[in-house]
Amino acid sequence: MLNVNNIEVVYNDVILVLKGLSLHVEEGQVVALLGSNGAGKSTTLKAVSGLLRPDDGEITDGDITFMGERIDRKDAADIVKSGIFQVMEGRRVFKDLTVEENLIAGAYTQKSSTIKTNIDRVYHYFPRLQERRNQVAGYMSGGEQQMLAIGRALMASPRMVLMDEPSLGLSPLLVKEIFSIIKMMNEEEKTTILLVEQNANMALSASHYGYIMENGRIVLDGPSSELKENDDVKEFYLGVTGQKSFREVKHYRRRKRWLS
Amino acid sequence: MELFFQLVITGIVIGSIYALLALGFTLIYKATDVVNFAQGELLLVGAYICLHTTVTYNVPFIAAFFLTLVFTFLMGFCIEKIFLRRMIGEPIISIIMLTIGLSSVLRAIVTIIWGTDTLTFPEVFSQAPIVVFGLSISQVYIYSIFAVAIFLGLFTIFFKKSKVGVAMRAVASDQQAALSMGIDVKRIFALSWAIAAVVSAVGGIFLANINGVNTSLSHFGLKVFPVVILGGLDSIIGAIVGGLIIGILENLAGGYIDPLIGGGAKELFPFVIMIVVLMIKPYGLFGTVEVEKV
Ligand SMILES: Nc1ncnc2c1ncn2[C@@H]1O[C@H](COP(=O)(O)OP(=O)(O)O)[C@@H](O)[C@H]1O
Ligand SMILES: [Mg+2]
Repeated sequence: MLNVNNIEVVYNDVILVLKGLSLHVEEGQVVALLGSNGAGKSTTLKAVSGLLRPDDGEITDGDITFMGERIDRKDAADIVKSGIFQVMEGRRVFKDLTVEENLIAGAYTQKSSTIKTNIDRVYHYFPRLQERRNQVAGYMSGGEQQMLAIGRALMASPRMVLMDEPSLGLSPLLVKEIFSIIKMMNEEEKTTILLVEQNANMALSASHYGYIMENGRIVLDGPSSELKENDDVKEFYLGVTGQKSFREVKHYRRRKRWLS
Repeated sequence: MELFFQLVITGIVIGSIYALLALGFTLIYKATDVVNFAQGELLLVGAYICLHTTVTYNVPFIAAFFLTLVFTFLMGFCIEKIFLRRMIGEPIISIIMLTIGLSSVLRAIVTIIWGTDTLTFPEVFSQAPIVVFGLSISQVYIYSIFAVAIFLGLFTIFFKKSKVGVAMRAVASDQQAALSMGIDVKRIFALSWAIAAVVSAVGGIFLANINGVNTSLSHFGLKVFPVVILGGLDSIIGAIVGGLIIGILENLAGGYIDPLIGGGAKELFPFVIMIVVLMIKPYGLFGTVEVEKV
């Protein structure tokens, strides 16, 4: 469904952040993209959704296709229309708009006649948003804002949602809730999901396939169930101690492979 | 006491037009971060176009009014596309210079076409005043207040209920997030200018019916600053309250203080208020410090 092919992304004409990154998302799946802070995860998502320009970033090499069509030269509005919707890092709700107005904004690319039914659908999944429909979004709690950000995505009925750290800064209980929502979107709404997370454990449990990136490149990928059992991943991303850098581990793993 | 009420009524008429101008100014500022110094010239062009259509082509006033709105809508749209689009991301000071340049150019064009004499509408609204509670009020005042109220009401509904109106506020709130939901930010920029030009034209047309038109009408554009400083940049209600307060106070100053000191108080008053408010509350009386919660 989505093919990211060897892309390079440069910020401000000089800072090379993605250095030949490739990944593939199969229709109907949840794919996790993991990596430490600054690895380039958000940059990868913005490259797909066409949101690099406001950050003065640019794809300088490689290509991205979605449903067989090239999208790396399209602008953000056209990419949303083709069915990709990004839920940005930090929720980014419109703080001085009400909950319902935020949802209406999410439906900008949709026909006006569908807005009402989509709002009802979002309220069905998030009763708490319905209770607060006329409240200004800026005064809601972090968890509610995250639900609103996801609800806003549902309003566009996307085929694929890119989620950037939806669990960031939420309590363990809310993190669980967010992940169950992701599962629901995937299973009930048949939405394909590319999920960026720091919480590797949860993300690997919730996804079919995983990519691990470091320093602008993919360093490891595989079915999530296998990644969860992978010793290197365990050591660095699942909290089972860790002092060496991942590169050393990779090196060590390569050597191991070479030895065997 | 009669003088007092007459001054207040005139203040409400003028103040409601200030509110329209402030709405246009705020729209551009919030959506595109541009401080528009050409707001008064948009008003001027609207007034002349309507007057010209009515007088030269003998078009009925109502038709000329709506034709003017269509024309100024397109003009605002084009001004953004041609001049401001390429300034996105440039230093604020350059953009301000551009709008100041634009104001001079528009005023010059108007002067070339229509000269510097005051032109007046043919009698559109009956001269016979209407008597309300013993006060005689000219009809054009009443029409003006109603027309402005209708426009402000329509825009309130537009910004609250329509998809595009909500999208405009979304762009003002967080541009990149708006972009992420497929909102065409550039189109919204152009639309902001178009609407700003339309509301200014409405104000200009009624001012022209009250006092006639000459290029000094563009000075109304500067009154937008005290109005938005007083009313804040956040809401239509703020613009209305700010507009009415400034309109009423400056007329009272004009009626009571000017005779004592021989003039000037009326012009000065709004800016004195502006400076005082700025010193006490930098965000304006009704403006909010940004809502912040993680
Ligand atoms: N707008 C920007 N301008 C310049 N450099 C940026 C910008 N955004 C991100 N970067 C840099 O790109 C790298 C990757 O950032 P990001 O994609 O946000 O990583 P992640 O989401 O994995 O934490 C970081 O080194 C960051 O400093
Ligand atoms: Mg990030």
